[in-house]
Amino acid sequence: MTEIESQRIHAAVPEGWRGATHDWSADKQAYAVPWGKAMMWFFLLSDTFVFSCFLTSYMTVRSSTLTAWPNPSEVFALTIAGHSIPLVLIAIMTFVLISSSGTMALAVNYAYRRDRRRTVQLMAATALLGACFVGMQAFEWTKLILEGVRPWSNPFGAAQFGATFFMITGFHGLHVSAGVIYLAIVAAKVGRGRYEQSGDYSIVEIAGLYWHFVDLVWVFIFAFFYLW
Amino acid sequence: MHAIQPAAHDSGQQHPLGVYLKIWLLLFVLSACSYLVDYFQLQSYLRWSLVLIFMLLKAGLIIAVFMHMRWERLALIYTILIPPLCLLVLIGIMFSESDYTHMHRQQYFTAPLHNEAPVHPR
Repeated sequence: MTEIESQRIHAAVPEGWRGATHDWSADKQAYAVPWGKAMMWFFLLSDTFVFSCFLTSYMTVRSSTLTAWPNPSEVFALTIAGHSIPLVLIAIMTFVLISSSGTMALAVNYAYRRDRRRTVQLMAATALLGACFVGMQAFEWTKLILEGVRPWSNPFGAAQFGATFFMITGFHGLHVSAGVIYLAIVAAKVGRGRYEQSGDYSIVEIAGLYWHFVDLVWVFIFAFFYLW
Repeated sequence: MHAIQPAAHDSGQQHPLGVYLKIWLLLFVLSACSYLVDYFQLQSYLRWSLVLIFMLLKAGLIIAVFMHMRWERLALIYTILIPPLCLLVLIGIMFSESDYTHMHRQQYFTAPLHNEAPVHPR
């Protein structure tokens, strides 16, 4: 969108309901945001449906088994210093991901202030926290597999537990891993001054949207899979 | 030296850092509360309602503030937030389906009691 076009759009544009009808009936462009941002939102909308299908099928499977579902408090407990603490690894993973969302939000803020150094540092911190998360998830998988959890059976309860667990956390972990790589690439480009000439740092916000989505999905997984 | 003006669409993006820091802190608090629901071993309806409430609050804050939705135009907000409501229909249908499956598994796949006539599936 050119400077002039965006100025015309932001000049006397109605807000609220009338703004919505104004936007949707516009003859050239419906959404007054950069193309990349709108497209990332549309991608995230589609990904919402993908994860919702997985979580809905998990609900269906769990509520139709006759065998009791494994108790997440017990399955995901870790023994530290002789005490069995329920869900402690998951709590740490949640903490790590919320932290990474915070550093990402700060990175976007600094990017729009054109503070490249801070932006790169914060994006690197976000990516590092994300990598820690994936490492912990891998540890969790290893522990459960060693304890005999398989997609088709497990020693803790209903046979479908493994399939739903590995599918849902696997897809989520894949998204986190892709996000870490994506953030590293964008951070490197910001650091090299790729966006300095145009002054347009919306790429950082777009990467941020993806990262917050990954955290958002974890909020739902944490609630429905581990706490329910 | 800022040789080029930032594009006009940037003007709505910057908010004081404090907003993000406050929401970040709130997210930590809500996460801790969610964890405590399990730590204190709350059960049944109290557990499920608290888990859902904390989940929705966290999700709402992340979408509205971190993902910047509350400052976006209504057209974009509606485009993104209304379609997922269809999922409630899917969830309702699948819940009813799984209930049906459960009932039939109970009826046909569990051993009948001694003083009951055996049920033959048709």
